[in-house]
Amino acid sequence: MAPVIELEGLTVRFGPREILKDLSGSMSGRTIGLLGPNGAGKSTLINTLLGFYRPSAGTARVLGHDIRMETKQIRSLIGYMPESDCFIAHMTAVSFVRLMAELSGLPSEAALERAHESLFYVGLGEARYRKLGTYSLGMKQLAKLAQAIVHGPRLLILDEPTNGLDPPARQRMIRLVREMRDSGGLQILLCSHLLRDVEETCEEVLILKDGRKVHYSNLEEERRANQRFVELETLGDGGDFAEAVGSLGCECALSSTNRIKMVVPESFAIRDLYRVAAERNVQIRRLNFRRDSLEDIFLKAMESSNGRP
Amino acid sequence: MAVHKRSYRGYSGPLTPPWSRFSIVTRYAFKNAFQSKLITAFFVCCFFYPLGCAVALYLNKHVDVLVTALNIHALFDVDGKFFFHFLNAQGAMAFVLTALVGPGLISSDLANNALPLFLCRPFSRADYVLGKMAVLVTLLSAITWAPGLILFLIQSSLAGAAWMGANLWMAGSILLGSTIQIAILCLLALALSAWIKRKLAAGAALLGVFFFGAGLGQAVNAVLETRNGSLMNIGELLGSVEIHLFRVYAQSPVPPDLAWLALGALCVFCLLLLERKVRAYEVVKG
Repeated sequence: MAPVIELEGLTVRFGPREILKDLSGSMSGRTIGLLGPNGAGKSTLINTLLGFYRPSAGTARVLGHDIRMETKQIRSLIGYMPESDCFIAHMTAVSFVRLMAELSGLPSEAALERAHESLFYVGLGEARYRKLGTYSLGMKQLAKLAQAIVHGPRLLILDEPTNGLDPPARQRMIRLVREMRDSGGLQILLCSHLLRDVEETCEEVLILKDGRKVHYSNLEEERRANQRFVELETLGDGGDFAEAVGSLGCECALSSTNRIKMVVPESFAIRDLYRVAAERNVQIRRLNFRRDSLEDIFLKAMESSNGRP
Repeated sequence: MAVHKRSYRGYSGPLTPPWSRFSIVTRYAFKNAFQSKLITAFFVCCFFYPLGCAVALYLNKHVDVLVTALNIHALFDVDGKFFFHFLNAQGAMAFVLTALVGPGLISSDLANNALPLFLCRPFSRADYVLGKMAVLVTLLSAITWAPGLILFLIQSSLAGAAWMGANLWMAGSILLGSTIQIAILCLLALALSAWIKRKLAAGAALLGVFFFGAGLGQAVNAVLETRNGSLMNIGELLGSVEIHLFRVYAQSPVPPDLAWLALGALCVFCLLLLERKVRAYEVVKG
């Protein structure tokens, strides 16, 4: 898949403060999660990709277009849902979304048609003639999503899309993001500090800390790799059992007398564990495939970056 | 797509040319402005004086009607002074119209944080300002140079080609005088609208800039016994330029070249204020 975003030594400074520090890398997933603690530079990165901030050094490419030279082309390919409350309170939802579609270049009639479609798609069909100022927070978030997709962008940037939403509204937003991802019509960059949102929707994750890239990985690959880690809780002679399993090609570590962590080879069948246990008269009380949750990945990334200057 | 088929799909239809997109903002701003009955009513009132002038020009030419009816031999001379007074009167109306329409143009978008939504599209800051400015330019043109030139044409048709040929400079003065009035009012209104998020406060600030500036200028003139205080009085600056343009033999408070310079500097200052404020996000440095 062609890269969505390529970063080439991207640095952004506001006065003496360096907000983004020499970011490099290439991202190509259908949905890319942008994670990081507050002040990590997530929103600055998004705003720089949109051309709102000018890079102090380096550059980036969005869908093959350079952010320094081709801002207008990039903006015509992007749909952006900002984090903060952004709307025109005295306008009805349909007028507002239509205005945004027209500004993206759609002719007036097509813009009106697409505005109705988008509002129905996000679930605001029945409320589309109400003024935006009268909307609840959840509805405003959906209206922001509608304006971001109305012109059919190739890349959708969502900045904290579930901010302030109650659980049902959050679920609705996550479902919409997944549906759009699975439609294959667009790629998504989702910026959030909620790990669960990213975990539920994203294929790839980029973690920033203090303006630096501290981790970038494909979540699915990480999960597949984690399937080779097994944790066991046994009753009986764990040491003997570990030795026997080790002779079958597993790497074992005893964390206590009856807790064993092991890395199993690709060809290893789990039922062999039970066979060996039966031969050694050991009971397997619990067996877990250890999966790194996104939280583990995030915390590891934060820890590994702590020593960095 | 039927509404029951709710799935995401891209757009592959035709697009409007990028240069024309500033007019979208203008169209929506017009619609918003004319939702106010006060603005609509005042805009209609702005045409009463030009209409009266047109009637006066007709009567002035057909004075024989008046001679028999009222025993009057002549009404007035149609010269630079006539159009100078016309532009002054319409300038006052233009100022009030600007105070009614201008403050809400950018301030409402800023108050709603809507600028990132405008500017994340293939739509530049210049397009945005141009679109907003086009609202005021259209409204003010409709009440200044457009009726001014129509009056000039009416007088030309009544007085004949010789009068028109001899006074063609007046058409240029009407156009130039109106343009400088419109430019100052538009830029000032937009700059204040961009810096003050509350519409009412921005309107008050526009009045303040004109009236407080005039008062301060007078005070400076009186205390320091100088005429340079008039440089703070935008009304006097515009008046000085128009006196010069319409060849009116009256003492102008500020030398015309200095007035041009001061008005030019004011325009540049307003553009800088707009450049600083019309951004998707404000960058706090340091």
